[in-house]
Amino acid sequence: MEKEEAIFLLKKMMQIRQFEDKISELLGKNIAQGGSHLYAGEEAVAVGAISVLNPDDYITSTHRGHGHAIAKGGKLPELMAEILGKATGVCKGKGGSLHLADLSQGNLGANGIVGGSLGIATGAGISVKMRKTKQVVISFFGDGALNQGIFHESLNMAAKWHLPVIYLCENNLYAMSVSVKRATAVEDLTRRALAYDIPAEKVDGMDILAVRKAVKKWVDFAREGKGPSFLVCNTYRYYGHSRSDARVYRTREEEKSWREKDPIILFSKKLIEGNVLKEEEIKDLEKKVREKIEAATKFAMESPLPEPEALYEDLYV
Amino acid sequence: MRIYMSKTKEITYRQALNEALFEEMKRDEKVFLMAEDIGPYGGAYGVTLGLLEKFGEERVRDTAISEAAIIGAGLGAAMTGMRPVVEIMYIDFIGICMGQINNQVAKIRYMFGGKTKVPLVIRTEGGTGRTLGAHHSQSLESWFIHIPGIKVVMPATPYDAKGLLKTSIRDDNPILFIEHKMLYNTKGEVPEEEYLIPLGQAEVKRKGSDVTLITYSRMLLYSLEAADELEKEGISVEIIDLRSLIPLDVKTIIASIKKTNRVVIVEEDCKTGGVGAEVGMQIMENAFDYLDAPIKRVAGADVPMPKSPILEKLAIPDKERIVKAVKETLK
Repeated sequence: MEKEEAIFLLKKMMQIRQFEDKISELLGKNIAQGGSHLYAGEEAVAVGAISVLNPDDYITSTHRGHGHAIAKGGKLPELMAEILGKATGVCKGKGGSLHLADLSQGNLGANGIVGGSLGIATGAGISVKMRKTKQVVISFFGDGALNQGIFHESLNMAAKWHLPVIYLCENNLYAMSVSVKRATAVEDLTRRALAYDIPAEKVDGMDILAVRKAVKKWVDFAREGKGPSFLVCNTYRYYGHSRSDARVYRTREEEKSWREKDPIILFSKKLIEGNVLKEEEIKDLEKKVREKIEAATKFAMESPLPEPEALYEDLYV
Repeated sequence: MRIYMSKTKEITYRQALNEALFEEMKRDEKVFLMAEDIGPYGGAYGVTLGLLEKFGEERVRDTAISEAAIIGAGLGAAMTGMRPVVEIMYIDFIGICMGQINNQVAKIRYMFGGKTKVPLVIRTEGGTGRTLGAHHSQSLESWFIHIPGIKVVMPATPYDAKGLLKTSIRDDNPILFIEHKMLYNTKGEVPEEEYLIPLGQAEVKRKGSDVTLITYSRMLLYSLEAADELEKEGISVEIIDLRSLIPLDVKTIIASIKKTNRVVIVEEDCKTGGVGAEVGMQIMENAFDYLDAPIKRVAGADVPMPKSPILEKLAIPDKERIVKAVKETLK
């Protein structure tokens, strides 16, 4: 792996991790109000998958969407400001954590409804095909969305019309509190794709190189006009579902076992072992990321709140 | 009432809609159709007949029975450069995709700070008249006027159906376009040449001086019949056809009330929480001083639509009830 590329991937994962840790801190201090679903632990999935896309390819995101937004080129100050409801936010303070979107970067948006963006991704696939642009779409969703009706409707539609959509399930084992084992009738989640005759693959979602390899394969498949695919990336969210979650449904031992597979540590080790980066370089990178996150936080905190007139703006064109 | 500058032709409401779709698909290749049974079948009420042959399967897409995906995919296509016209066969089925309409289609532009456009038309049809019972006869328009972010258009005549559908397809906002199952075979004059009708403009369909009758969709026809009968008794009724419920043309309503000082609202939907409740309150807020009598509503019964023809007829307004209400408001 080229050094420049390695730095890019590692930096993006660090940005997400530190962004989420910062949000958690701001929530604790009540500087960030409301809730926020944090992506820490899952970084390899968003960064790995999106790193093989072209800038004009599309993604749709989930309620746990900060990671996707950062990976898809979102600007940290604008994202942080949005989460604080500021006028300088990427959605002018009207969306917030649950609705981060940046259409200029091909991010068709996070979504407050579980499974809510599966239809949008499918429609973007139709649009791409009709406009003959060779773009592809990654539809991110969690294991919770697997049991929503629109999941089935979308995969069926995409399969019948050979749409260039990669349906990427981030299986973090819990839909809020209910484990995937308790909620979902198939143990091997990739079997869901059999019903729609869509190729499927299981991926170690803690290993960014594994994610990249698999997603690259299915992005190429989609770009060649061969149709949709279904990926299950096994991963883990370090924080609870949201700030009020006491995590009674999982053990501390389980959490520890996943942290031992931490995607940032894992990738850093590989880079050091492969002589791509030195430990000091990684530490230096981490420090630089910290500075960027602090700067973004300062920007967000010092940004103005929306003007009252904004209430009725942007409803219709 | 209308004076045409060009030659006209008489066509049905169904043909008017079909012509609107055809013309807009021909004009703009980004316009495409996606819904159940719109291909060889031509749509449950025949509106899309012939379009598959003219534009092919890519632009006239028969889908599975998947209402949520139809709306969701329509939205995704609209956000990424297309102008889809999707269809929910009966408005009664719209509950299945209500989450997509309410939480996604209507909100996404605002939630994203105005950074996307959603040029999506959702065609559907509603109303009673075919004794189809409770799952194929509802008038659910009031659900949607309560959702900011989506326009609601309900044409009553072939002229309005064509002009409003063409405008809706060119609009960059999401639009729920509600047709009426008993209007598809009705006939009317439309110009030979192309025309558009702006959204949010009610039309005075009959001029009068004693009472203002506010209505929309099929109830326009009943209201016109009632007005004819009342005219024989020397009562002059002005009829306003709202044509679109969002945006609502309050100005035209107030102008008429200033003249007549009396209002009857005629609507097919259930009375409680219905369109008339909103229109009535708009009048109270904006034109109370001009009223000489309480506002009256002639509306649908608050019941699931019964099958039996005699009960179905009882459940919605008819000419006699409209005549009675107008007379009461003049007492």
